[in-house]
Amino acid sequence: MSSNKKYWKSVEELNPSQSSAVETLKHKEFVQEIPVDEFLGDKSTLESSETTRRDFLKYVGFSTAAASLAACEGPVIKSIPYVVQPEQIIPGVANYYATAISNGYDFASLLVKTREGRPIKVESNSLAKANGSINARVQASVLDLYDNQRVAGPTKAGKAMTWDAFYKEVGEKLEALKGSEKQVVLLTQTFASPSTSKLISEFQDNYENVTHVVYDAISESAAADAYQAKYGRRGLANYDFEKAKTIVSIGADFLGDWQGGGFDAAYAKGRVPKNGTMSRHIQFESNMTLSGANADKRVPLKPSQQKRALARLYGKLTGTSVNVTLPANIESAVDAAARELLKAGSNGVVLTGIQDVDAQSLVLEINAFLNSKAFDPKTTILTRQGNDAAVTKLVADMNAGKVGAVLMTGVNPAYTLPNATAFVEGLKKTNLSVVFSMKNDETASVSEYVAAAPHYLESWGDLETKSGHYGLVQPTIRPLFDTKQFQDVLLTLNGNTSTYHDYLKSYWNSNILGGASFNDALHDGVFTASKSVTLDTTSSAHTTIAIGDAVKNLAQAKSSDFELTLYPKTGMGDGQQANNPWLQEFPDPLTRTTWDNYLTVSEADAKELGLHLEASNFFKESSHDATGGLNGTYANVTVNGATVKAPVIIQPGQARGTVGLSFGYGRSAGLKEEMQTGVNAYPLYQNFDSTQSVSIEAVGGKHEFACVQLHNTLMGRGDIIKETTLEIFNTKDAEHWNPTPVVSLNHIETPVSSPDVDLWDEFDRSIGHHFNLSIDLNSCTGCGACVIACHAENNVPVVGKEEIRRSRDMHWLRIDRYYSSDETFEGDNETKDGIKGLGSSLSTFGEMESPSENPQVAFQPIMCQHCNHAPCETVCPVAASSHGRQGQNHMAYNRCVGTRYCANNCPYKVRRFNWFLYNGNDEFDYHMNNDLGRMVINPDVTVRSRGVMEKCSMCIQMTQKTILDAKRDGRPVDVNEFKTACSSACDSGAIVFGDINNKKDDVTKLKDDERAYHLLEHVGTKPNVVYQVKVRNTKEA
Amino acid sequence: MKKLRQSLETTPNVDMKQVNNLQPLQKLIFLSLVFFSIFCTPLQAQEADPTKGKSLFNANCAACHQLDKKMTGPALRYVETRLSEDEGLDRDWLNAWIRNSAAVIKSGDAYANKIYKEYNGAAMTAFPQLSDQDISNILAYTAQDKAAPAVATVTTQAPTSTEGGLSKDIILGALAILFALLALGLFLVNKTLRRFAEANEVEIQEAVKRPSLWKAFLKNQFLLLATAIFFLLSSAYFVYGYFMQVGVDQGYEPIQPIHYSHKIHAGDNGIDCKYCHSSARVSKHSGIPSLNVCMNCHKSIYEVAPSTATEEYSKEFYDGEIQKLYDAVGWDDAEQKYTGKTKPVKWVRIHNLPDFAYFNHSQHVSVAGLECQTCHGPVEEMEIMYQYSPLTMGWCINCHRETNVKVKDNGYYEKIHEALSKKYGVEQLTAAQMGGLECGKCHY
Repeated sequence: MSSNKKYWKSVEELNPSQSSAVETLKHKEFVQEIPVDEFLGDKSTLESSETTRRDFLKYVGFSTAAASLAACEGPVIKSIPYVVQPEQIIPGVANYYATAISNGYDFASLLVKTREGRPIKVESNSLAKANGSINARVQASVLDLYDNQRVAGPTKAGKAMTWDAFYKEVGEKLEALKGSEKQVVLLTQTFASPSTSKLISEFQDNYENVTHVVYDAISESAAADAYQAKYGRRGLANYDFEKAKTIVSIGADFLGDWQGGGFDAAYAKGRVPKNGTMSRHIQFESNMTLSGANADKRVPLKPSQQKRALARLYGKLTGTSVNVTLPANIESAVDAAARELLKAGSNGVVLTGIQDVDAQSLVLEINAFLNSKAFDPKTTILTRQGNDAAVTKLVADMNAGKVGAVLMTGVNPAYTLPNATAFVEGLKKTNLSVVFSMKNDETASVSEYVAAAPHYLESWGDLETKSGHYGLVQPTIRPLFDTKQFQDVLLTLNGNTSTYHDYLKSYWNSNILGGASFNDALHDGVFTASKSVTLDTTSSAHTTIAIGDAVKNLAQAKSSDFELTLYPKTGMGDGQQANNPWLQEFPDPLTRTTWDNYLTVSEADAKELGLHLEASNFFKESSHDATGGLNGTYANVTVNGATVKAPVIIQPGQARGTVGLSFGYGRSAGLKEEMQTGVNAYPLYQNFDSTQSVSIEAVGGKHEFACVQLHNTLMGRGDIIKETTLEIFNTKDAEHWNPTPVVSLNHIETPVSSPDVDLWDEFDRSIGHHFNLSIDLNSCTGCGACVIACHAENNVPVVGKEEIRRSRDMHWLRIDRYYSSDETFEGDNETKDGIKGLGSSLSTFGEMESPSENPQVAFQPIMCQHCNHAPCETVCPVAASSHGRQGQNHMAYNRCVGTRYCANNCPYKVRRFNWFLYNGNDEFDYHMNNDLGRMVINPDVTVRSRGVMEKCSMCIQMTQKTILDAKRDGRPVDVNEFKTACSSACDSGAIVFGDINNKKDDVTKLKDDERAYHLLEHVGTKPNVVYQVKVRNTKEA
Repeated sequence: MKKLRQSLETTPNVDMKQVNNLQPLQKLIFLSLVFFSIFCTPLQAQEADPTKGKSLFNANCAACHQLDKKMTGPALRYVETRLSEDEGLDRDWLNAWIRNSAAVIKSGDAYANKIYKEYNGAAMTAFPQLSDQDISNILAYTAQDKAAPAVATVTTQAPTSTEGGLSKDIILGALAILFALLALGLFLVNKTLRRFAEANEVEIQEAVKRPSLWKAFLKNQFLLLATAIFFLLSSAYFVYGYFMQVGVDQGYEPIQPIHYSHKIHAGDNGIDCKYCHSSARVSKHSGIPSLNVCMNCHKSIYEVAPSTATEEYSKEFYDGEIQKLYDAVGWDDAEQKYTGKTKPVKWVRIHNLPDFAYFNHSQHVSVAGLECQTCHGPVEEMEIMYQYSPLTMGWCINCHRETNVKVKDNGYYEKIHEALSKKYGVEQLTAAQMGGLECGKCHY
């Protein structure tokens, strides 16, 4: 039966009599006139035209044919050999040089891989016993060398000048200041360089009234003061966490950048259960940090409560009565930690990240009291020497007109100082301001002279990271630009005609080496001396801090409604590498968000403050777009009148009443527009204190985040991350805590590893090599060094924030982070198992999607699993994905036609599709879009084009090279000789690669370890990547 | 190495092969030359033998001295006369100088020090092994007058080649005449037969006028269809063939900035490929030799021997190409020193693999022990280098299927080969059986 209903689109349509527009529009195809008549109507022009339609078509046809024919011709490629080939360079063979980074924030000895004279990758130096471990930022630092925004030569007020003119003018101005009342100030980064210290003291002798101010953007001044007070030297105490059985950290992110970082490798060694024991780690903190994520027990609390907790811990340990008020749960946690520490005795260690001399002194006192083995105060860490008081005084002096000249190097105070405006004002009052900089950054743009500085890979230098442990810096490439390093300029200003290289060599020969060969030290990159030359070991006059007062001060720490903890983000540090696209696109290990910093807020606080976006409210601004992109709203954060507007992200585990914001973002000068991301947190870093009382105000608006992981919890799928407790691990069979999945075969439960349930024929892989990769979830701290190493080795493109938001990230290796939705993952499993019926499953699963207030965290590096029965291979219509006998799943880019069936069929979601051409494309203006940036590309790996699928190759270029080296030498491949980029980047030993057909390779044992399991084993893909069950030491000792 | 150096030193004037392998005929020529020289040499050197002197000169002196041209050391023609006339130095001084120049300089001899300074303190190698007779032989050689350039070699070869051409023409001509005679004979026979037929009144049947073949063909539907299919298939074949050769540059022979003849270097002079392309042993690239490698030899070889010139390329042409090398590397031949002004040579690359294909020379050269010629063809015969092989994937794979892996004395292969040959039941494994056909071995 037909209906007489009338459908209408507008009121006009319903009542056509009222409007003629509807009638008019009905007869028109387009609403607006198409200007065809205008074009064709001009008859005279058309007729006077010489070109007929036929001619036009002929030309089109001819040019199309000519273009397609011309495309068939290969281009003429020129090859230009050296005129005189350097002896050590063979085209196609990599050279390695030992050098070191010391950029004021990261200090590490490392090996640099160069190809045809270009540094292309940073690797760790296995000879380095101290500071040999390198993090994601150091891995990425090679790309900073090829930054096309670098300063190409010295400039004065923005105009290029010659170095001769620079020396003349700066020299004259410095001469003129001699005899005047005004100071000459050297404002430098921490160099930790013995030869530079000498050079600076020579400069001080040469010019009168020279002050040397050392400035760390993110200060450890309080810790250094405390150490100096107790041990008479300015520096930081060293720790070796491998020796610690019980680690109690109060607000110290020691797996991050706490006190210079570099402690994670030793920590990870103690985390692998050996002979039934592993270390126990208790973390008291406000923000969710890497350390908290790895802890066995994590207690969220406010920074002020941290101080009180530390005081109480001291009281409990020493048996003195300390009167503090703490919430009951924290109080009992502190007491429990104290009990465990007392039980552990010298095997325990206490740390703190509170920027307070009292707190730092107290921790030194506690460790000395415990006689902690992990605590090594005799070895002094020298990589943070900044002095806050001196910096504050400098700004005051500058504004008072007491400073004549400022020479700055390795610092960017106009960006990093909380009172940057005062600094800039003060700088204007000086007679001479010089900054040594690689970029036209915030400070360079307000300084009179910019002395173009070289990258560390173009420089000479030395460093003493820990007393007695030296490193040498040598150039690995000729300077790309007209640059001179600070030390060379100081030498010239001192009237010394020798180069810094000669100066360094003679300094080392006479002061450090003690008769050993300089060339040997340079070759090794590291040198260990029995005693430090730079440190005056005779204790200087120092003030002792009264511990009683310190405890009292800490116990009376005042709380406020909201307390902010400022922290350095794993990928960005203090922000000097902000123009590095690898680091911008590096997902934060915890929030998994790229290209941004944000205010981390707990869910409960967010709801209270109106900062929370509902998950699925379609009509309002919601927490997720239809495409999955994560959204947030904005909040104003105010500290003593300084306000910063930051986007808000909900951070599970964030202590109630606290917020977190990272340094290093919000830069505006000297970097590409794409890299100008996030907000600057330094204005809130008042008095160089990383914890502040703040007021938070919701300001609304929608911020689009580029987050690579949208699902935060495991939903009780315990077979993805298998974990158990040390107690169960020690007492029960592996079958209990690491069961092999079973599938039904003729209604009988059969282990999935049984050949009977296999759909596929098994190939014989016993001959030749069979590669396996083992990932230990216990030692993986989530630091992400492997992610950047993979980028550098495999020419992984950077796609930018917009594309990341569309889930088109290209990371071959990602580190998934999971939160538990109950207190523990085990609780999740029980909740899931307890689901009965469809109704309860829907609601329960919905609840399980949101993480708990203080969740357990697990990290899981995931790359292509190189399945022996790979689902991707069977669906490829052109056989672009195929399996090798050596266990690698090959991806032939030239065969791939881009159907993306393989990515759809991959259970691990590790395949990445090139939606665009990412190199030489102005739309993706990152390093691959300019000739300088492309110099970092690894010539052994194809740069993929548009429309091609790509994925982890298990570094087949590296395994093939290892095989070829062995063949050429006519020898079998050595034990553990096979490496991948990720396995060699993993200092904590979580990623181990090798050949399981070689019984002596480490991976062979790991593969058969009782902790070993495969990801989604029940699918039957038989991966060549094995994971080791995570064991948590949850039981209170 | 020593042998190699010797051969290089002898190259300026004499073809190396002739020196190394003296054939009986050449010996005869030698003897006659000796005989001839006895008559020609001036009286004062009657005991000295310039022929022996020449070989001694080439072996010991030619690295630094030429007869008519200043090199590392001075030009040596008429050296003895010059020294005795200009400086008043006798044979004893020369003997002492040649055997140990350093001692003469140390003794404070004025001329010795002068010449030492003139050549920037380049000390002359001591030759204590040379006897008085050797020295007089060498000096006799240096005392010879400059010979007129020989051009005979080129002209003598010409008649033989023309002779070959003539004989071919004669044979062809004879054949043509033969066929003409045959045709004439047949025509005559036909004519005679017709005459007979007419005489005997035999009626010659005229061919029945049949429809033309073309029309018949058009009427035959089956034939038409078959032909159409045939044409379609064959055109498809050719189109396919055309498309398959797109990007295949077999025979690519670009003009290079310097006319470098592999024939002269690798062929005539037998220089090992890997002397210049040394990185082929250890690297993925065979490497275009840097210009300092060229100068190892060309510092003393500033011209080609007259016998090197061909009809196509004259001696002047080749000498000009050597001059181009000097310009590029910044070598001042007259002053015998580097000027420091270099102009790197922009060679046109001949063998271009696409970026997505990984090829490693050392794998094939050092491990497999393949000859360069296997892929690059008869390089030693190439005046101008060209791409000999198609360098297509099919070509690679065919070779991997057919070529056995060289496992002998290679510790790497020991275990793998034993196990795999048992598995496949073969004595010798091919590269394909070792996994040489897997995609990921070349594409990553």
